[in-house]
Amino acid sequence: MTSYRPDALIASDISAYLAQHQNKSLLRFITCGSVDDGKSTLIGRLLYDSKQIFEDQLSALESDSKRVGTQGQEIDFALLVDGLAAEREQGITIDVAYRFFATEKRKFIVADTPGHEQYTRNMVTGASTADLAVILIDARKGVLTQTRRHSYLAHLLGIRHIVLAVNKMDLVGYDQAVFDQIVADYRAFAESIGIAAFTPIPISGFKGDNITALSENTPWFAGPALIDHLEAVELDVDAAQAQPFRLPVQWVNRPNLDFRGFAGMISSGSVKPGDKVRILPSGRTTSVARIVALGGDRPQAVAGESVTITLADEVDCSRGDVIAAADAPPQTADQFQATIVWMDQTELLPGRGYWLKLGTQTVTATVQPPKHLVCVNTMAELSAKTLELNDIGVAEVYTDRAITFEPYADSPDLGGFILIDKATNATVAAGMLNFSLRRAQNVHWQTTEINREAHARQKNQAPRLLWFTGLSGSGKSTIANLVEKKLHAMGKHSFLLDGDNIRHGLNKDLGFTDQDRVENIRRVGEVARLMTDAGLIVLTAFISPFRAERELARSMMPEGEFFEIFVDTPLEEAERRDVKGLYKKARAGQIVNFTGITSPYEAPLNPEIRVDTTRESPEAAAERIVEAIMGTWSPVI
Amino acid sequence: MLQGQTPSPARLTHLQRLEAESIHIMREVVAEAERPVMLYSVGKDSAVMLHLAKKAFHPAPPPFPLLHVDTTWKFRAMYDLRDRAAAEAGMELLVYKNPEAEAQGINPFDHGGLHTDMWKTEGLKQALDHYGFDAAFGGARRDEEKSRAKERVFSFRTATHRWDPKNQRPELWRLYNAKKAKGESMRVFPISNWTELDIWQYILAEGIEIVPLYFAAPRPTVERDGLLLMVDDERFRLAPGEVPVERSIRFRTLGCYPLTGAVESDAADLESVIREMLLTTTSERQGRAIDHDQAASMEKKKQEGYF
Repeated sequence: MTSYRPDALIASDISAYLAQHQNKSLLRFITCGSVDDGKSTLIGRLLYDSKQIFEDQLSALESDSKRVGTQGQEIDFALLVDGLAAEREQGITIDVAYRFFATEKRKFIVADTPGHEQYTRNMVTGASTADLAVILIDARKGVLTQTRRHSYLAHLLGIRHIVLAVNKMDLVGYDQAVFDQIVADYRAFAESIGIAAFTPIPISGFKGDNITALSENTPWFAGPALIDHLEAVELDVDAAQAQPFRLPVQWVNRPNLDFRGFAGMISSGSVKPGDKVRILPSGRTTSVARIVALGGDRPQAVAGESVTITLADEVDCSRGDVIAAADAPPQTADQFQATIVWMDQTELLPGRGYWLKLGTQTVTATVQPPKHLVCVNTMAELSAKTLELNDIGVAEVYTDRAITFEPYADSPDLGGFILIDKATNATVAAGMLNFSLRRAQNVHWQTTEINREAHARQKNQAPRLLWFTGLSGSGKSTIANLVEKKLHAMGKHSFLLDGDNIRHGLNKDLGFTDQDRVENIRRVGEVARLMTDAGLIVLTAFISPFRAERELARSMMPEGEFFEIFVDTPLEEAERRDVKGLYKKARAGQIVNFTGITSPYEAPLNPEIRVDTTRESPEAAAERIVEAIMGTWSPVI
Repeated sequence: MLQGQTPSPARLTHLQRLEAESIHIMREVVAEAERPVMLYSVGKDSAVMLHLAKKAFHPAPPPFPLLHVDTTWKFRAMYDLRDRAAAEAGMELLVYKNPEAEAQGINPFDHGGLHTDMWKTEGLKQALDHYGFDAAFGGARRDEEKSRAKERVFSFRTATHRWDPKNQRPELWRLYNAKKAKGESMRVFPISNWTELDIWQYILAEGIEIVPLYFAAPRPTVERDGLLLMVDDERFRLAPGEVPVERSIRFRTLGCYPLTGAVESDAADLESVIREMLLTTTSERQGRAIDHDQAASMEKKKQEGYF
């Protein structure tokens, strides 16, 4: 058996061995291919040859091989790496698993992703942290659709090193012509999608050819063997040292008033005390005072290290900010073009607010309808209105405030992001920022002399947005009307937005699908926000069934100005009243997507005001609401 | 940096990379969770995790308590180190014992699997609920066992502490999604990507104190069902005619002493232990009675809430 480990040295001089091994580097790679390509067998082989498999695991493996293996009486390496019980029964792997092995020079972390269902989602996950991708091809089958898919995804995620492992060479008699043809086919394809270089290696995972050493069976192959190549390629973390310094601030360390350290992992470049730095997004400059570490300050730190630094001046800096080289700072923007991989069963709702996490920054972002999807099998661009599970699309992304970023191609740390559903907290997408849109850089907000405060002051009131939500027929409009009458009588300037004045004009192009409901509420929120800028007290009376959209409207408003008022009427009661006869029609199937019947209503969790209409009259409720919002009124200046 | 000059490349070693990743994970939890805690089992993995926490938050002490879910059956040497290590780190130490298990006198001699279930699995859930922790650091490693290879670094748990291996959040780059609803929690594994050898090398490089039981010494032992058990105190029930034999032994993992198998060894210092570990032919968990039932047993236990 070939092995990477000099057992003799370990036995005779463990100190010398350990001294050698303090200095290993770490390479992360991903293997792409299906079970049929022998992917699990290859990984099993790598673990086996590096003695990561112990006797007890081996005996379990031998008995498993005989029971459920696919290699007759021989050891089925694939069983070593197929983890969960469910997938073992189904004979497929269903998620991303990480394996470890080491040679004399490097420790390796292998991301193993399945070749079947959910493939895009899982491979993108595994590829996101990889320095290198091994694309497996069955020598008998050549370049297949899935080969193209794997290569496209590896390239999309910015993997710089691609290995084309032509496997099962033993089954084609180690024929050079077969290998050369596959390499030529692959080269043509790779160039077409922008892969500049790749390393082809003819192997047999099952027999062990060209894995640890060059095989006698392929005298025509000049090398390198797979392991030699994995030990030699340049690591992303080393390459990142040549880039300008960036430290996304993760956490501010303040054990006492005399110490303020900024902690985070350096994403590129290096740093030493005295270096001039700029804090983004504020743009303030200062210099690095110390690099603080347990056991004593350090003279320098480099990309890939988690550090704590202190600054020479007392500048504002907190989680989400980026400390960068003063003369080469990253950009800030709030509108981007991005490539997005959708990872959730629930499709993208364009216009809805999602959490966007990039580096240590978390903001609210909305995604526009995609410009196009990319078919991962043919690379063709397809048109679509949304993104579904495993779709890859290009779309514009708007954030609610400017973020510090770099194009993904320059920095995965400052260009890669995830989207999180605000209601379910699920990670629904991964994305890569391609560039900021010109208009985000060129259009500046008008700073007018007559600003929000001036408008409000003139009206002697504080702007408010009273957001009434509840089922159809719950009494929203009735109560909102009463509230407005009272405000008017008090000399307050107000405006009521409801279905009648919005649906017939501004939003007459919208129907009642989920997407249209989201867009409807987004527009109402924007209009209401503009009216509060004019100093008005705005009342809106819409069913607004989704929590996420109500939260989006809330996030547009300054703290304390948004009041969510839940007109809480049980469905049975609203249906019994049926003021407009709509429930009867909905039950008869004459109205589709009717909230409460065929479309969900997500009740508020923490409304500022809740009105139980089965216990409180509209008049009493209106009185209480006016009192609540006026009670919190305070002069603007 | 001077213009036109790039710094001499300082290539990071695998241990430096692993350390940086673990520290990054811990800081992310502290920045995003409301009430984090570090589960501290006193083993070598816990020792490394605690050391990393000290480094991550220096000069502040780690801003969370240590939690030991005690079974009352750990080795005596473990209790000694536990109390000292917490004090030296300047951290609060919380010790939780499942009151039902205590009342019923659950023990490894009479109750078999129920012992682990009640003291550890149930005890952990109770402790997390009792203190209201929403994120708990654990020292599990992906190389330990097959089902662990797929666990996320941030592992989401329902309000009833269940883990759903088929419905895990995708985890990309270094972006961890720590969002959760009230009552839900995260288990976070900062040393996921470390192997057993990495742990030993780091202990050696950093001079981390570990329980002396990891080093060989003459200790009183009996042999049961192929496991070599240490008679650590008078509660150990000897079979009729059974007499403890002194053997030079050490432990590769530490748990409840009547359930933890020792190996015969003369490796009395770290380097000798690492040499044995490198030349050994059995895996680390083999000394644990709990995993032996069936290949998928760990996966089942994890779905139920075992760490």
